[in-house]
Amino acid sequence: MTDAPADLANANAIGRSLRRIEDRPLLTGQAAFAADLRVEGQVHMRVVRSPVAFGRITEIDVDEALELPGVIAVWTHADVAALPQIDFRMTRIEGLGPYRQWVLARDFVRYVGEPMAVVFAETGFAAEDAADLIFAEIDELDAHLSATADPVEVYPGVETGLLSEPAVIRKGAGDVDAAFAAADRVVELEVAVGRHTGVPLETRGALAQHDPDSDVVTMMGAAKVPHYNRGAIATMLGLPTDKVQLSEQHVGGGFGIRGELYPEDVLVCHAARVLGRPIRWIEDRKEHLLAANHSRDQAYRLRAAVDPEGVILGLDAAFYTDQGAYVRTHGGTVTDLAAAMLPGPYRIPAYRVAGHIRLTNKTPAGTYRAPGRFESTFARERLMDEIADQCGLSRSEVRRRNLIPEAAMPFDRQIDTLGTHLVYDSGKYADLLERFRTMLDLDRTEDALAERRDAGEMAGCGLGFFVEKSGLGPDDLVRLHLSGDGTIRIVTGVASVGQGVETTLAQVCAGTLGIGIDGIEVIHGQTSLIEKGMGAFATRVTVMAGSAVKIAAEALIAKATEAAAKALGADPADLTFDAGRVSGPSGALTLAEAAQAAGGEIVAEGLFETTHMTYPYGIHFAQVSVDPETCGVTIERYAVAYDIGRMVNPMLVEGQLVGAVAQGVGGALLEEFVYDEAGQPLATSLADYLMPTAMEMPEVELLIREDAPSPINPLGVKGAGEGGINGAGAALAGAVSQALGRRVDRLPMTPERIYRWIRG
Amino acid sequence: MTETTTVTFTLNGEERSLTLEPRQNLADTIRDTCGLTGTHVGCEHGVCGACTVLMDGKAVRSCLTFAVQAQGAEIETVESLADGDTLHPLQQAFWELHGLQCGFCTPGFLMLAAGALRENPDMSDDEMRDLLSSNLCRCTGYQNIVKAARQAAEVMRGERAEA
Repeated sequence: MTDAPADLANANAIGRSLRRIEDRPLLTGQAAFAADLRVEGQVHMRVVRSPVAFGRITEIDVDEALELPGVIAVWTHADVAALPQIDFRMTRIEGLGPYRQWVLARDFVRYVGEPMAVVFAETGFAAEDAADLIFAEIDELDAHLSATADPVEVYPGVETGLLSEPAVIRKGAGDVDAAFAAADRVVELEVAVGRHTGVPLETRGALAQHDPDSDVVTMMGAAKVPHYNRGAIATMLGLPTDKVQLSEQHVGGGFGIRGELYPEDVLVCHAARVLGRPIRWIEDRKEHLLAANHSRDQAYRLRAAVDPEGVILGLDAAFYTDQGAYVRTHGGTVTDLAAAMLPGPYRIPAYRVAGHIRLTNKTPAGTYRAPGRFESTFARERLMDEIADQCGLSRSEVRRRNLIPEAAMPFDRQIDTLGTHLVYDSGKYADLLERFRTMLDLDRTEDALAERRDAGEMAGCGLGFFVEKSGLGPDDLVRLHLSGDGTIRIVTGVASVGQGVETTLAQVCAGTLGIGIDGIEVIHGQTSLIEKGMGAFATRVTVMAGSAVKIAAEALIAKATEAAAKALGADPADLTFDAGRVSGPSGALTLAEAAQAAGGEIVAEGLFETTHMTYPYGIHFAQVSVDPETCGVTIERYAVAYDIGRMVNPMLVEGQLVGAVAQGVGGALLEEFVYDEAGQPLATSLADYLMPTAMEMPEVELLIREDAPSPINPLGVKGAGEGGINGAGAALAGAVSQALGRRVDRLPMTPERIYRWIRG
Repeated sequence: MTETTTVTFTLNGEERSLTLEPRQNLADTIRDTCGLTGTHVGCEHGVCGACTVLMDGKAVRSCLTFAVQAQGAEIETVESLADGDTLHPLQQAFWELHGLQCGFCTPGFLMLAAGALRENPDMSDDEMRDLLSSNLCRCTGYQNIVKAARQAAEVMRGERAEA
């Protein structure tokens, strides 16, 4: 019972490793994911995708497909010409508009997998059979596949002058030229990160239904940002916002890529209205690898002005983001974040960066867990290793000398990102490095590895120091409903992608009210139940919705106290709230009784607003050996130090960190979207796109600290979602570089690449 | 391709006789024809293992198995694991040790481990890791899945000793 008298076990739900309240249906096969939804009369949608990387469409022949039994309709661009291009959700930059993607290709196809036509049929089999009968006549053009090559025309002969560099994001602070003039040495480095992405185990899917009476179209299978997407779909279909509702079911992993607004989401909603039938679309895995957002694929050129002590005086950087064929909903987000976060935990008093967004004929790119940070941390930390080598310093010493001191916090980088001013809110960077060195026994570890190398082995270790960001505003709203039976329903506009939102928010609520989490229910991702919600991205849920829950729970206490005062005939000032009870000289009421006294329910709201992000930080350590025969990398030891400010549920924090490390290992060693010279993707199945299994993953040792709580939210929390991947590429590259005794400038470090490095 | 055939098998102890197209795979049959959606389809080409079910006690990729291949077989899915409200030791251990996040791959891992542990509850840690590397998880990093399977194995050994 939530209104049970206080007991110590219940009094501090925040900070405890409670089992998740969302797990039971997932364990028993009762949880409904998008593909588990079925409704009477549903129509199956199948997308016909471009087989070529670049070309001009001359004709799409759909006649044969239309004749197949069970086929209801086939659409090409002409049938949806009234729908505008898919707009930007974030980081809108002047001039990006013409680079947006159409729902179905118009005139040109720009990547293999681009939707060209769509089939609606009575069965999934009929839809797939019909899709196979659709032939597009395409005049093929030479695919443009290099983001570092000179820009070319995006729509040759049609929109002359529209080049494949939509924008260059420039940031900086301090006098870079003066820094280079004063430098003892200039250290230069070129590095690149491969193309990889989130690849959740559940592919995308949706089920849209139109209710003719209310004229409302409801799409189930929403994720990440249901409220934003609802508005965007309504705008595209020319409807008032309240005529579109999005509903989230269980979501099989997000990682940044799922839940952005894609052509298929718009198509199912539009078709549900036009065809007057429910429309079901389930993506297959090949489609997913061709059509859902790719990410990474950045190339960096760095120049550092360094003093005789190995301290960086200035950093001059340029990098190129391979955005793929179109600029999708994220606008310039990845490039913007990379540009802002490249200096990381170091002082670097003078900084100048140009981040080039470049289009190619590949699947469009967006954000993937630690967007712009996995890449920029890799680049920066490779630079730190290079400076260490050139200055004769150890890798930890060169970092220590450059870290932002605790006394400089909050640290204003004098640049903006995602519309916020970049101010590191708190941090004890040097302290964390020292603790980590001790935990790892780093000096002795490095000596032992040096001995192994002297004996002819290829073994080494590496560090990746990083700053993360989390808790992007501007706000989040939650509403708490306390019932007369003592149960509490939390309604929030954030979304769940499997990260444990329900448990986390229930714990914040329980902790604030001094009760247990049983009887607390969390409703998320339903646009019909709450008017606003920013969603689940940018490691924002615990910070933003967690803070809003705390504020709402405090408002609930005030209302319960008021109700109790009336019931007890007492002055509210004489009442105290503790452990789920309002007590005073003349008696006490449980929360349940207070709700009964208030007429059966108490509703309280919490709105948390912020104009700044909060910045957790940490260090990755990897120790590896390389097999000279297979050129395979074995991770012998892996550790992450992370200061999260304050933990709501340590078990979930650890789960986030370890799970993210696995994805980092994938991006560093295995995963890559490779294209041939014609722009044909070569990784279109999970047999070609290799993700880590239990065999590749080492045990991950964690040093989680709460030494630098955030001063800018009421819980002091910072996010857990992305720190586990941020420094993985950097640490593993440092380790492989040391093992091989040569510069490692490229991820992923596949056996083939390592073979070429070894053999020269 | 509208020719149909009949197939009969036992699904979680219940006999099913179905008329379906011969090209229909077992995963779609369990999910769409029989309505048990706990078995998930993650890749349709036998790599991820989310669709793992037991066929005559052995783990199979139901996405790579035609329904007609299940003729006369006993099929077990994740829906059969719990005994009423009592979770199977594997389910209990996955819950306690945070062996799942999004939970999409979970039924496949549970069935993979359930079949193997039923056959050999004395699996070594290396054998266990080797077994679990058959399936993909994108959320957990596997650490807690391996721990949970070990803990469940211990419980199952205890249950067997008592029996």
